[in-house]
Amino acid sequence: MSQSQQHLTVSVWRGKSEGAFQDYQVPHLENQTVLDIVTWIQRYLDPTLSYRFACRVGMCGSCAMTVNGTPRWTCRTHVSKVARDGRLKIGPLSNLPVIKDLAADMTAFFEKWQRAEARFTPTKTRLDPIEQIPPSSPARLAASAAIECINCGVCYAACDTVRWNADYLGPAALNRAWTLVNDVRDGGQDVRLRAISANGGCHNCHSHQSCQVLCPQNLNPTASIAGLKRLTAAAFIRGGLK
Amino acid sequence: MQAHRRQTLWLAALIHRLSGLLLAIFLPIHFLVLGLAIESEAKLENFLRWTENPLVKFAEMGLVFLLTVHLLGGARLLVLENFPWRVWQKLFATIAVGISALIAFGFLFRVM
Ligand code: SF4
Ligand code: SF4
Ligand code: FES
Repeated sequence: MSQSQQHLTVSVWRGKSEGAFQDYQVPHLENQTVLDIVTWIQRYLDPTLSYRFACRVGMCGSCAMTVNGTPRWTCRTHVSKVARDGRLKIGPLSNLPVIKDLAADMTAFFEKWQRAEARFTPTKTRLDPIEQIPPSSPARLAASAAIECINCGVCYAACDTVRWNADYLGPAALNRAWTLVNDVRDGGQDVRLRAISANGGCHNCHSHQSCQVLCPQNLNPTASIAGLKRLTAAAFIRGGLK
Repeated sequence: MQAHRRQTLWLAALIHRLSGLLLAIFLPIHFLVLGLAIESEAKLENFLRWTENPLVKFAEMGLVFLLTVHLLGGARLLVLENFPWRVWQKLFATIAVGISALIAFGFLFRVM
């Protein structure tokens, strides 16, 4: 097979924040994903290479890395789409500290979900009847449009506002907050509105839409954040943000 | 340019920033010239004669472009942030640059 004789030169980040790219020669196969490449290097060339993945089918959100300068989910990114002249450069996600090699430390990313109050606050118990939510109601439609986030951090790594302002909550946390703002069953709205309008909140977003362009789930965090901006501005005018 | 920035709307944001910055630099100069009018008529006359220079007219075309592109870009952001989401952001940003260039060239034709 001529295919298996072709090789890719793959530069992989080795080290922590201090480190260097190291080149590996990897056989180029048909339908190969970037995650396949990383796995091949770890299996056959260097078992000390660290990286993260779980589902390999685009569900868990743990495999995101920087591929040729762009953050991507590696298990669903075909090499043939991103390799340039037989070369690939793979690094950890940016805007996050590096644990080792390709594994970025997601702590700050998830802490910001907490800071954005991006968690459900229940108002009922299991003894209450289930709330009926018409699938066509505007709030349900708004929530549905933003709900399929897999927490991969691609948008967070692509966002220049995160890069320039360490305090900024980032597209994913704010997008999740938007789904909850549209959840009629949620009881934490006031606290959440205060959290997302505070320093580092939704009003820091510059609407670059890099998050939307690169989100592997085709979500639009910019639209969610614009919704939050309108909502918090209206609450401020009503005096509801004190 | 870093790979994640190579997209229309990031460039639109960059143009918006730069045009705003350049306009802000231009504004005090503009007021200074207006000040000349109060100070002495002759000085203002001299200055206005200098602005007849084609190179200055060319620079003025640049100013017209900056002003229009900043205005239209700002209008896009205001609509984006204050009204329900519209999917035509890229198209509008591109049209804004196109219209601004047309208006700027139109200006140059009129004054040359
Ligand atoms: S639109 Fe907002 S959240 Fe998305 S990349 Fe730009 S600044 Fe970041
Ligand atoms: S919004 Fe998209 S890019 Fe961001 S974490 Fe969720 S799935 Fe990933
Ligand atoms: S490994 Fe689960 S999304 Fe890629």
